[in-house]
Amino acid sequence: MSKKTLVSFTLNGKATDVAVEPRELLIHTLRERCQHTGPHIGCETSHCGACTVDIDGMSVKSCTMLTVQAEGSEILTVEGLAQGGELHAIQEAFMQEHGLQCGFCTPGMITRVYRLLQEIPDPSEEEIRYWIAGNLCRCTGYQNIVKAVQHAAKKLRGEAVQSSHALMAGVAN
Amino acid sequence: MIPRPFEYHAPRSLPDAIGLLSRLGDEAKLLAGGHSLLPMMKLRFAQPGHLIDLAGIPGLKGIREVGGEIRIGAMTTENELIWSELLQQKCPLLVEGARLISDPQVRYKGTLGGDISHGDPGNDHPALMLALGAAFVLAGPSGERIVPAGEFFLGTYYTALEPTEILTEVRIPTPAPGAGHCYSKLKRKTGDFATAAAAVLLRMDGAAVGSVSIALTNLAPTAFRAQAAEAFLAGKELDDRTIAQAAELVMAACDPVADLRGDIQYKTAMAGVMTERALRAAHARAAR
Repeated sequence: MSKKTLVSFTLNGKATDVAVEPRELLIHTLRERCQHTGPHIGCETSHCGACTVDIDGMSVKSCTMLTVQAEGSEILTVEGLAQGGELHAIQEAFMQEHGLQCGFCTPGMITRVYRLLQEIPDPSEEEIRYWIAGNLCRCTGYQNIVKAVQHAAKKLRGEAVQSSHALMAGVAN
Repeated sequence: MIPRPFEYHAPRSLPDAIGLLSRLGDEAKLLAGGHSLLPMMKLRFAQPGHLIDLAGIPGLKGIREVGGEIRIGAMTTENELIWSELLQQKCPLLVEGARLISDPQVRYKGTLGGDISHGDPGNDHPALMLALGAAFVLAGPSGERIVPAGEFFLGTYYTALEPTEILTEVRIPTPAPGAGHCYSKLKRKTGDFATAAAAVLLRMDGAAVGSVSIALTNLAPTAFRAQAAEAFLAGKELDDRTIAQAAELVMAACDPVADLRGDIQYKTAMAGVMTERALRAAHARAAR
């Protein structure tokens, strides 16, 4: 054990202090100390992106960042997306377009898409696939995730949008 | 997943960082984007006693043109390279290369300087830097020195960086207007290191090759310039025959290792294919 360091950051708008060993990974701090268990761990080689959180305007794999590196940062996790109990457009879109099954990749996927749609508000299908390539999914085959991103993009641009799934069509959105 | 314990340092100036490096010696490693070092520490391939984080040091980021040179701070991230309008206009080879590196999240953190300093033959920037004729500014206790990319990569994970030095800036001669370029990379999937890749920067002089640089990724213990192929092409017209001959010369210079990406014969053959593709694409993009 080496000495603990006090680290302060903003987590979903709330000032947060933790005392951690320098070797502690941010994903462990978020899950185990801050009880934000939406970000998941799917690998130990930085490939899967299940741990993706938004830090200072960047999508970051929180398994490949030390908590001490987050000093002074603004961190957003999937828990911070809904406002007043109302789903964020991206969360709503993943539901409408069946962009998840087991839900394990979903928090990382949604957090990544949150940043992507700010950088490219009207992405082509090719751009969507390219810019979510850091997030693996075992269930969906990605097809409905692409639809969810397109759905969310439209809604965020203020355009009318309906689920592309027959059974969901007509459900209030 | 769990690294060994270490002490963490976040110096606020370059002299402080160099001082720490000098004081802590072999026990210390510099932390840049952390997307090669931390993965190695999580698997306990690397077990440094001290990490020196460069993120808090001002002046190590940014992309600007000074005279005929593009200067890029070592802590500039891959996505910053991709989004740079200056690079898109004046050094598109670097943008094309960076787009093929890893994935979006890794590119928000991973830095140009870290990719180069790591000295991994699988990394893409070493060959891009060789093709571009870049030079590196290394800062140490007795000041700065400038090392050309051609003298920097010495072996696998082995570079000209002294243990007390920090790569602070990359300097790239601005490619001549009208130069053609291509980075052709064969990989198994997004985010993988190259099975084989070729970087080409090409200036045509009428119908003949005015100058060409060809550099290869992951085909030897380090990235390397294919000098025999470059010399062969100089002054020649680029056609199916000369391109095939250049690819043969590149293949003869390769010395890859066999691994899950393929055996030596396959990788060498793919070096030829990537070279041919990169030469054709660069030719199509070059002004005559």
